[in-house]
Amino acid sequence: MSLSQIGTDAAGVDATAVPVAPQPGMVGRSPGRLAWARLRANRTAMVSGWIMLFFIVLGLAAPLIELLYGISPFEQFQDKIANNSLPLGYFGGVSGEHWFGLEPQLGRDIFIRLVYGLRTSLFIATSAALLTTALGIVLGIVSGYLGGWIDGVISWVIDFALALPFLIFALAIMPTVTARFYGPRDEIPVPFRIGVMIFLFALFGWTGTARLVRGQVISLREREFVEAARASGAGLFHILFRQLLPNLWAPILVSFSLAVPGYITGEAALSFLGIGVVDPTPDFGVMINKSLSYAQTDPAYLIFPGVVIFLLVLAFNLFGDGLRDALDPKSSR
Amino acid sequence: MLRFLIKRLLLGTLTMFAVSLVAFGMFFMLPRDAVATMCVKNCNPERLERVRVELGLKDPLIDQYTGYMKGIFVGRDLGSAQGGFCDAPCLGYSYTSSEEVSDIFARVLPVTLSIVIPASVLWLGLGIGLGMISALRRGTVFDRLAIGFSLTGASMQLYFVGGMLMIIFVYTLKILPVPHYTSLWDDPLDWASGLVLAWVALAFLFSAVYARLSRAQMLETLAEDFVRTARAKGLSKSRAYGRHALRAAITPIVTIAGLDIGGALGGTVITETTFGIQGLGRTAVEAVRLGDLPTIMATVLISAVFIVVANIVVDLLYAVIDPRVRLS
Repeated sequence: MSLSQIGTDAAGVDATAVPVAPQPGMVGRSPGRLAWARLRANRTAMVSGWIMLFFIVLGLAAPLIELLYGISPFEQFQDKIANNSLPLGYFGGVSGEHWFGLEPQLGRDIFIRLVYGLRTSLFIATSAALLTTALGIVLGIVSGYLGGWIDGVISWVIDFALALPFLIFALAIMPTVTARFYGPRDEIPVPFRIGVMIFLFALFGWTGTARLVRGQVISLREREFVEAARASGAGLFHILFRQLLPNLWAPILVSFSLAVPGYITGEAALSFLGIGVVDPTPDFGVMINKSLSYAQTDPAYLIFPGVVIFLLVLAFNLFGDGLRDALDPKSSR
Repeated sequence: MLRFLIKRLLLGTLTMFAVSLVAFGMFFMLPRDAVATMCVKNCNPERLERVRVELGLKDPLIDQYTGYMKGIFVGRDLGSAQGGFCDAPCLGYSYTSSEEVSDIFARVLPVTLSIVIPASVLWLGLGIGLGMISALRRGTVFDRLAIGFSLTGASMQLYFVGGMLMIIFVYTLKILPVPHYTSLWDDPLDWASGLVLAWVALAFLFSAVYARLSRAQMLETLAEDFVRTARAKGLSKSRAYGRHALRAAITPIVTIAGLDIGGALGGTVITETTFGIQGLGRTAVEAVRLGDLPTIMATVLISAVFIVVANIVVDLLYAVIDPRVRLS
């Protein structure tokens, strides 16, 4: 049913289950080790994991690559742009010097802008995923364990947040927040824009993790180990974060790893609409938005960023799926 | 059933009320000065002040809110600068295009409906069909292809797919016109050929999710005892799978479909921007660019209405499909 080839010895072992007493001749393995072994055996997950790692390293090492490649993302090659503002040469000006060709009009190098675009995208997506996961864990665990009116309020807020259309709200919030801090003629700094984007993702994104964690906590809170902790006088903080949380890492890790590609897409979408990152900063969404007006005359300008963001999201998604199969082989998807 | 309906409607109204409060509070408390953003050119302090009074921005926030809400239900007088009396449903007066916001929406809403409704028929049919068939033919080449399709679709970006479709069908093969909107009643053929790329792009991305989900659901249902019983007592394959299993497998899909369609109706922002079609979503993007607060506010409210209504419809459908829901 899944793409993974789950080893027969590992099949059906719940990652959170108590290990069975070791039989003679068997080596005891921790749930983490078992999951790792299952992940290693999953070819799709391993390949996509390596591609993912490649992209991350590429993004992190962007300045180094700029040094080796010899072209900065802001350098304009006007001498290689024809009078009709299209790059000279075939397929958007692809050459040994400019691997992915040049942007029409401004004549900036597409390859190095994509490398820096990876950096923008991965930075925003990872921060947003970390923030939403942290927020979701705290609210979900509190709501699930305490129950009562606190649970009622948090659950209602979750349902309410799901009734808000994200993109439209983002469209509305971005200018109002900007207008709060900057006048109509002020230059809006890039870090501020990025900050607001991450804030927006956090505002809308925590609900998924919170729901997941809440459900898990409700099924765990009556278990003996929690009762034992309570009976021995453990404080609330200890029960929530020392007793319950360690049992939840598997689903949280999966939801985190699938949240990252979601935010990569979301960030590109906001920038595509003109409410995220703006032009001089290299970014996939901005690039694709500009490339659409050249779709007829210079299709390469759309194809390169489009394919890169597709591969990036695909690698993250496939790896996330593999992780889910490895950590929780029983779950259906 | 009636009690269930009333309860759902009340809850929906409450959510709408909360959305309107949040949206209103956001707009009228946050900006440093809504008026300054609206008149960037030749605004002397005197004129600014007059506009503020005219727009009622000097009134207490509660009065502004009740005024706005009253406008939606019974209409209200907006003053001579804003076109006089505005009939219900009054959503205010656009700062930038000198017409009532409700007139703008009357123009762009059919466009968005023309994109979303055919697209959702396409994506549901394709997605559920693919998922069901690949579940029934598990492990075959068809199944593998369907999995590949849904993995690809789930990682694709709408603007990339849209751009590629345009490059292929409009600019290279030249078999379709540049995407545009014509009214269905004026020229059905032109209506379809102008929007078909938007339908295909949306359907491709969405059906990927549905194919995956319905495949998993169907596999789970096929393993249930009642399906085996149905087969054992002699029902044909098509009857046992098509009627018994499908009905059980489809309930979770109904939920997601309802939410997706509701969300899409509230603004196919990216689709419309990609194809350059002037619907609800693109109107919102432009309103944001120009700082046209009444239009933005109305877009938020309308798209939230779509989602809330979709939620209620989903719950009702649920009650029809699954009798257990009615009792609780």
